[in-house]
Amino acid sequence: MTHYSPQMATQTQDKLEDTALEAVNLHIHYGSFLAVRDVCLKIARNQITSFIGPSGCGKSTLLRCFNRLNDLIESFYIKGQVYHDNQDLYSRHVDPVLVRRRIGMVFQKPNPFPKSIYDNVAYGPRINGFKGSLDELVEQSLRQAALWDEVKDKLKQSGTALSGGQQQRLCIARTIAVQPEVILMDEPCAALDPISTLKVEQLMNELKKQYTIVIVTHNMQQASRVSDKTAFFNVEATDKGKVGYLVEYDDTVNIFTNPRETYTRDYIAGRFG
Amino acid sequence: MYLTHQSGKARSIFNKAMTFLAGSLVVVALIPLLAVLSYVLIKGFSRLNLDLLTKLPPPPMAPGGGIANAIVGTLIMVGLASVISVPIGIGSAIFLSEFSHPTTARWIRFATNVLNGVPSIILGVFAYAAFVVTTKTFSAYAGAAALSILMLPTIIRTTDEALKIVPQEIRWAALGVGAAKYQTVLQIVVPAALPTIITGVTLAIARAAGETAPLIFTALFTQFWPNSLSQPTPSLAVLVFNFATVPFKNQQELAWAASLILVLLVLTTSIVSRFALRRKTY
Repeated sequence: MTHYSPQMATQTQDKLEDTALEAVNLHIHYGSFLAVRDVCLKIARNQITSFIGPSGCGKSTLLRCFNRLNDLIESFYIKGQVYHDNQDLYSRHVDPVLVRRRIGMVFQKPNPFPKSIYDNVAYGPRINGFKGSLDELVEQSLRQAALWDEVKDKLKQSGTALSGGQQQRLCIARTIAVQPEVILMDEPCAALDPISTLKVEQLMNELKKQYTIVIVTHNMQQASRVSDKTAFFNVEATDKGKVGYLVEYDDTVNIFTNPRETYTRDYIAGRFG
Repeated sequence: MYLTHQSGKARSIFNKAMTFLAGSLVVVALIPLLAVLSYVLIKGFSRLNLDLLTKLPPPPMAPGGGIANAIVGTLIMVGLASVISVPIGIGSAIFLSEFSHPTTARWIRFATNVLNGVPSIILGVFAYAAFVVTTKTFSAYAGAAALSILMLPTIIRTTDEALKIVPQEIRWAALGVGAAKYQTVLQIVVPAALPTIITGVTLAIARAAGETAPLIFTALFTQFWPNSLSQPTPSLAVLVFNFATVPFKNQQELAWAASLILVLLVLTTSIVSRFALRRKTY
């Protein structure tokens, strides 16, 4: 087996792979406070990319830039560009509502709507003017989320009555039902037990055939198990506060076995801070 | 080392004494409520019959009669006041909680609290100047307007609170599947907050039903059926105020019976609102 240097690996893959999301010299600000600095990153289509790093390194903040969810925060603004399929997501002509229809999101805490299981899944397609059989779409989405068998007899029951793991899969089904291109996952297993976590991870492996997935996780085993690529972020204290930055981005195998940076190596080994 | 209770210890004695003291104060606090309820019940019960609910108040010295016109008048004016204040109040609260800039929201909340603190008699005088003087007649409209101003802050505050309780994650979830802001608010957030909003509205209605001061200046009172919204209109609260102080025994008894009906109305609305709260989402 030929040994590639990490540098070479990234370069070759850039050419081979199709890019779904790209951040170019991205700086994220909250008012006068710089939260994340100078991120350059390409996220490959139909792969799972994980963001790891210590708390406060801005990985969730960066994730929310990809579907413009940070827009809800009054003082938020960015410098630099974020591209999806070569469209600048922050161009003034772009409607954030349409961005979020194509780039879905699953949150840390399962957050089903206080509606029936069926309506939870059907809500997105309904507001997006879905034409066709809603029943079929709901069934298909729940099947893809590996939840159908558990809920098929109680679709009218409230989504909030399900267990935590089921709720999270319901949230995934809800996201899939809109048929997005990218699914962003912000620590989707943080509130789940190991068995539910395993189910969600298996699910992600199924989903990547159709979707591009970006996952933020604090669980390094999870990152190494599920993702094709891993970005490691770190945080450094400056006189204006803590700023997150991208340390290293590479194939997951390289990050976990042969990282270039000492910071990455220390973090992976648990020798951090 | 002994782990059993040592009842002689100063700490134990103090603990028991304070628990007893707090318990006794609860009893003291409940005395007025029980006293008022039982007194009204005893005094009003003797006249609680069909005549009370169907007949007009009698002239002085005459026996019998009822308070039917006042019940109808109260229902009309409180109903009209709700029609005015519920949409305005809920609409303002939605703007306040979901759409306004935090600085604007702080000022609106402050203004709402000020309005809530305005004594009801001042609202009555205001409504008198604004509606009675200008139209040259006491009317159900003027009474309802005064009551609606009274209800507004309660509705805004409780709806605002109800919307704030709905977790932020739910809004993100809706936006995340491509809902526009108004869809998120109308289809997800407001339905989730609805039980609590209903509670707030019933509380406002209950408070308005028992208010006298705003109505004395605006709706006044009549001995007859209310037959037009632009004429003086009787109400339970004003009937109690008028009849309790006259020297006729029959009128005094009717005042007690009217108090009982009023208490029952308010009690029913509170129970209804509790029932709505039991289904609350968050």
